[in-house]
Amino acid sequence: MISITSNPIDLSSAYKYVSTDEAGAILFFFGTVRKSTRRPNEPLREVQRLEYEAYDKMAVQEMQKIASEACQRWNIQKYVIVHRTGKLLVGEMAVLVAVATPHRDDAFEAGRFIIDTLKASVPIWKKEVFDDGSVWVDAHP
Amino acid sequence: MPKELIVQLFGITREIIGARQIEVEASSASRVSDLLALLRDRYPALGGLRSLLVAVNGEYADPDQPVSVNDEIALIPPVSGG
Repeated sequence: MISITSNPIDLSSAYKYVSTDEAGAILFFFGTVRKSTRRPNEPLREVQRLEYEAYDKMAVQEMQKIASEACQRWNIQKYVIVHRTGKLLVGEMAVLVAVATPHRDDAFEAGRFIIDTLKASVPIWKKEVFDDGSVWVDAHP
Repeated sequence: MPKELIVQLFGITREIIGARQIEVEASSASRVSDLLALLRDRYPALGGLRSLLVAVNGEYADPDQPVSVNDEIALIPPVSGG
């Protein structure tokens, strides 16, 4: 199951979806909004919120490609990848990755691969909003 | 028959250009590389980005890929999901 949503991510429906009697391991990863950020050679800044934006159609396709590759490399019985868009406050969940596998090694490796690849290639952008301004993350060298 | 390429904009490119999409004369950009050069020329702030890619019909496109008015085209600034 893959989706982009502007609503809060529903953990229990993701859990229901990946639960299977064939699995010996179910791994969940949540990416959450951290309250502070630091760039090289700059002081720590308090984050007020993050604003996520996606090219929805392409983002879903790219996530599907990542899931397909993961399913070829590891023995994955069920997976969920959900990314949220819109304004998120500190502590809220921006992304959920869940994989169900027969054994834990596959779950850890596949989960890591999925979130790392998602961050590198899926067309989703986040803006950090501070009290005194905002910045699109990683936009500039 | 339309004569303009429609380019969708997201994130920082939407803010730099100040619109959700722009139209570009199709006769002035036949390939992805032409389109990027034209936009960088028109909006110099695009040149300061860490990277700038183009997606054609929902797929990352090579610089020499042709573009036409029938394509769904999007500018892809550095991604930062997760």
